[in-house]
Amino acid sequence: MIKRPFISLAKPRIEYEALDVTLPEPKEIPTPKKVTLLLNEPYEPVGNKNAVLLKKGDSVKTGQKLSLYDGSDAYVISSVTGTISSISSFLGEFGRSYTAIAIDVAEDEEMDEQFKALCVEPTMDIAKDYLSFIPGNPPASLFSNGSTSPSIDTIVICGIDSDLLITANQHALMSDEKAIQMGVRILKQLTGIENIIMAAPEHLMQNAGVSGAQVSVVDAEYPATLPRMIMQNVLGKVVPAGKSCEDMGVCFVSAEAVVSIGTAFDQGHIPLFKKFNLIKKDGNSVMISARIGTPVHEIFSACDVTVNEKDRIIFGGPMTGSSIYSEHHPIQPDTDAVMIQDGKNLALVSDYPCINCGECIRICPAKIPVNMLVRFLEAGQYEQAAEEYDLYSCVECGLCSFVCVSRMPILHYIKLAKYELGRISTAEATNA
Amino acid sequence: MLNQKKFIVSHAPFWHDGSTITARSYNMILAALPAVLFGFISFGMPAVGVVSLSISSAIVWELLFNKISKRTVSIGDGNAAFIGILFGMLLPATSPWWLVITGTFVAVVIGKQIFGGIGGNPFNPVLIGLAILMMSWKDFFDFNEALVNYDLGFAMAYPLASLKHFGVSAISDFNPANLLMGQQSGGIGATFGLGLIIGGIYLMIRGFIRWEISVSFLAGVVITALFFNISDPARYAGPVFHLLTGYTLIGAFFLATEDSSSPVNFIPMLIYGAGAGIMTVLIRNIGAYVDGVVFAILLMNLVNPLLDKIRPKALGKVV
Repeated sequence: MIKRPFISLAKPRIEYEALDVTLPEPKEIPTPKKVTLLLNEPYEPVGNKNAVLLKKGDSVKTGQKLSLYDGSDAYVISSVTGTISSISSFLGEFGRSYTAIAIDVAEDEEMDEQFKALCVEPTMDIAKDYLSFIPGNPPASLFSNGSTSPSIDTIVICGIDSDLLITANQHALMSDEKAIQMGVRILKQLTGIENIIMAAPEHLMQNAGVSGAQVSVVDAEYPATLPRMIMQNVLGKVVPAGKSCEDMGVCFVSAEAVVSIGTAFDQGHIPLFKKFNLIKKDGNSVMISARIGTPVHEIFSACDVTVNEKDRIIFGGPMTGSSIYSEHHPIQPDTDAVMIQDGKNLALVSDYPCINCGECIRICPAKIPVNMLVRFLEAGQYEQAAEEYDLYSCVECGLCSFVCVSRMPILHYIKLAKYELGRISTAEATNA
Repeated sequence: MLNQKKFIVSHAPFWHDGSTITARSYNMILAALPAVLFGFISFGMPAVGVVSLSISSAIVWELLFNKISKRTVSIGDGNAAFIGILFGMLLPATSPWWLVITGTFVAVVIGKQIFGGIGGNPFNPVLIGLAILMMSWKDFFDFNEALVNYDLGFAMAYPLASLKHFGVSAISDFNPANLLMGQQSGGIGATFGLGLIIGGIYLMIRGFIRWEISVSFLAGVVITALFFNISDPARYAGPVFHLLTGYTLIGAFFLATEDSSSPVNFIPMLIYGAGAGIMTVLIRNIGAYVDGVVFAILLMNLVNPLLDKIRPKALGKVV
């Protein structure tokens, strides 16, 4: 954990982890007995007008596309061969519901050949139908075909990870030059977008240069690699509060997703191994490669990490990740890091009020009056917070909570406010 | 699945830089210590008694209010102790016990707790306490009268009172080096200029106070005093005298910088500090009071919410 410096006249500089020239070889986790895949669709088997395609006992092959309902766009790619042992509902952050498909792994692996036959001639539909659930998790707007608004005219490939301590994207950029080149070429071919920009830190300029995309340097100081900060500093476009980067015609893709796309069309099978950092209790980080869907306890036991009661397990980095409540939680396509913190020295929040010390104002990259904002958010006055105190300018970097002397959960308040306001506007739209 | 381990689940970020309100308060108390210890040496046991009583009674008032209002006990954050020590530093060493206890009551309960505790007070609690006492029992704050029985080997006239009543000719005895080293009468912790400056610099370097406020406060005092001095050197004292006497230094480093009642944006901090500095000299030179720091800072506390509306445009804000 980064401590407050003794001398702190100015705001502290927090830098991203830079990957060495000697590339760490990822440690491969053996195929587990059971994997769980989270399908981004609620599980409502009763009363759904579409036929349910999957049931318990179905056998699946490695690389097979699994859709729950007939005619649905949402799918997962099975990362193993085996039989479906259960299908259940899974509740994620902020009430998002998923369907958890658990698969018992069979001994012999059998590859699904459906994609191989199609991939000879890459088209947008193939990418959309098979490559949404690949390591790196490409956003849906990337394969949107231009038919849905808003239309994308720029693709930014992130060659550096958005959170501290994570090196998954840097690793992807450094380890597989050929796949990146292939991926960029395919992206250009599929989307017809020529304006593909690779945002990479200074020390990776060479690797970024050969990718075939335009290269831009991003600062290695947190939070310069968050999408909205890249928009401002690299592209020179400021995203208006309340708008998304997609609204501005810019789509952000991780370098790992580009590698996955490249590999998929190059080798004819959908990549199934997710590379991520395991950040241990002492802060050391190990590069891991595991099948998507591997329960996280398999990774801990493979790396000799003891997990105790009241520890904290985090998917993602220390600033923007999310903590999970079960060690059976599976690795997902967008899991860039798994972090475990010892229960004895956790930084917990308190219920103290804001003392107006101004640390958050000094560090906020979006220049939000956090001291005022948080007072309104505490009182639940979300609308006023959004109108007068720039709630929607927040880039959700978490630095305000990081430096807060009162240890208020400021980022939590902000996300809750955005969620609640989102619910209100959805309700208003449906009732109108 | 039944014997699952239970984990702590919370929201991002999962790191914290380790700062706490307690550490902040205790560092401020630490920074105040040089001046307080010098006051103890100069004024002896009565000063020790006043400061000790001030700290302990401030803590007790806060505890009592916590209990009565059925809120969590907040004396552990050190803020009450800090209010106590500051309040003691401003008092003359001969203050009677009831004055100290009344003052800390006003400071802690009326100045801070009734607004919801730490972070909610619109005015500096210490100054609220002091201002109300100054209005109510004026005589106890006349340093010439209060310290009449002290003879510390230098002129025991309160410099600002001499200036007010007898003009510039009366203060020719005070030389800046002696004033800086604490050879003047005044509040227990307000006389030792060097100690206050050391404490203030420590706090600024550590980032516990906002340096913009202190620096602009001092600049406001110096520039305004300089203008007065230039316009009529026979009536108005020079900037160095104003800087080293009265509550100027303790005001710049410890009073004006109180978190909740001061602005946090850069330009407002400068206006706030400079405004308080200018008001201080205005009150001293053409106002009714001997020292203007208390009312100058309270006045700027009043405009603080307005000042803090001057702020940078947030990222992507559509006007």
